[in-house]
Amino acid sequence: MDRFNKVADYAIIKPLFFDGMTLLFGGFGGVGTPPTLVDCLIESGVKDVHLIGNDAGFPWIGIGKFVCLKRAVSLIASHIGSNPIAGELMHDGALKVEFSPQGILNERVRSGGVGLNGFLTEIGKGTLLAENKPLVTIQGKEYLYESPLTGDLGIVYAKKADTFGNLVFDKTARNNNPLIAMAAKTTIAEVEEIVDMGELDPEEIIVPGAYINYVVPTRGINWKWIWEMQGK
Amino acid sequence: MGDARQIIANRAAQELETGMTVNLGIGIPSLIPNYLDPSTRVFFHSENGLLGFGPAPKVNPDWALSNAAGYPVSIVKGGSYFDSTTSFGMIRSGRIDLAILGSLQVSCNGDLANWIVPGKRVPGVGGAMELAYGAKRLIALMQHCEKNGQPKIVTTSTLPLTATRCVRRIITEMAVFDIDENGLTLAELMPGFTVADIRNHTEADFALSDKLNE
Repeated sequence: MDRFNKVADYAIIKPLFFDGMTLLFGGFGGVGTPPTLVDCLIESGVKDVHLIGNDAGFPWIGIGKFVCLKRAVSLIASHIGSNPIAGELMHDGALKVEFSPQGILNERVRSGGVGLNGFLTEIGKGTLLAENKPLVTIQGKEYLYESPLTGDLGIVYAKKADTFGNLVFDKTARNNNPLIAMAAKTTIAEVEEIVDMGELDPEEIIVPGAYINYVVPTRGINWKWIWEMQGK
Repeated sequence: MGDARQIIANRAAQELETGMTVNLGIGIPSLIPNYLDPSTRVFFHSENGLLGFGPAPKVNPDWALSNAAGYPVSIVKGGSYFDSTTSFGMIRSGRIDLAILGSLQVSCNGDLANWIVPGKRVPGVGGAMELAYGAKRLIALMQHCEKNGQPKIVTTSTLPLTATRCVRRIITEMAVFDIDENGLTLAELMPGFTVADIRNHTEADFALSDKLNE
């Protein structure tokens, strides 16, 4: 593969998904979840997937479309409130859900992506989420140990990429994408616009291309707001 | 008279002061901007990576400019976008002056429960634990009692906690309470309610502020 031209098509991407993989996905309530890569994941037919991301999307948006197909076996997320089907699957035991406080989850992903071994925090102490987490005492004060998160594959959405994979984001569609982009063995970025190297202002690049393995052009966002889908 | 949620949001809007960085949770807190005095200038923070947002645009909402609840917003002058770790770094390190969260139960020592009703609702915790931990001041909003009449201001929470000893003020449609190291104090009565009404609908013991008598 040309390390300076990572632009790929979906025929190259689809075989990268595999049964039993751990998949990190970017996005917050579906905003910034790469829509064409989720469709590609669905078309790939893979199953028994372990998901890591902020939430379960909506049933019609983001990772929610995949979750509803019951092909994910576990999800580490901060909430699933926007996807009632994820709640039903969890309740029925078909989807194992581990909740992590939102910012702690992002730091766990970051920790995995930047070669660290986790961190200590007081967030969550004395709550259900502290169960099964090691307690560490330092200078008389107790902290929870939070482990790093990594995965086989990461999928992110960005506004623009150059052919090296340097990424520029789009307002609140940035959210956790820069963290997710760093944490997987292989990362695919779906973008609205692809430019030549040298065309992005180096100061505007949020994720350096060293973290990115493939760049694919989006086939469109097809966004639906909550109120457009209520009652459907 | 409006419904309880609107009454609570209207009262809570008075808690915002010019210059504050404020995070509003989903549910009742999200109604607060409708009641904010236009002369009060604050910066709203949203967990998804936005500081300084304003009302939804009238036309052409942009999927990439929305708040943490998934509704479109605008950005104000001086506003910024950032990634999720920066967003929560701001929360944990005390840069949020005021967080106002919806709540299921609050105990008299300020313990907050707002993320799970075991066996019924398990939406997940989102950013609530960190807001409860890191915001300089935390206000909990909720209707005073459950639909079945069960009080939600309690001696000891019966629900799994979000965080311990974090709530400093509770606003309901019946009353405003303050919480400090001495416990719970009834600070204000909402129109139409007496101290006796509050005693009858509050499980936890409370003191009366100097301004109130039985």
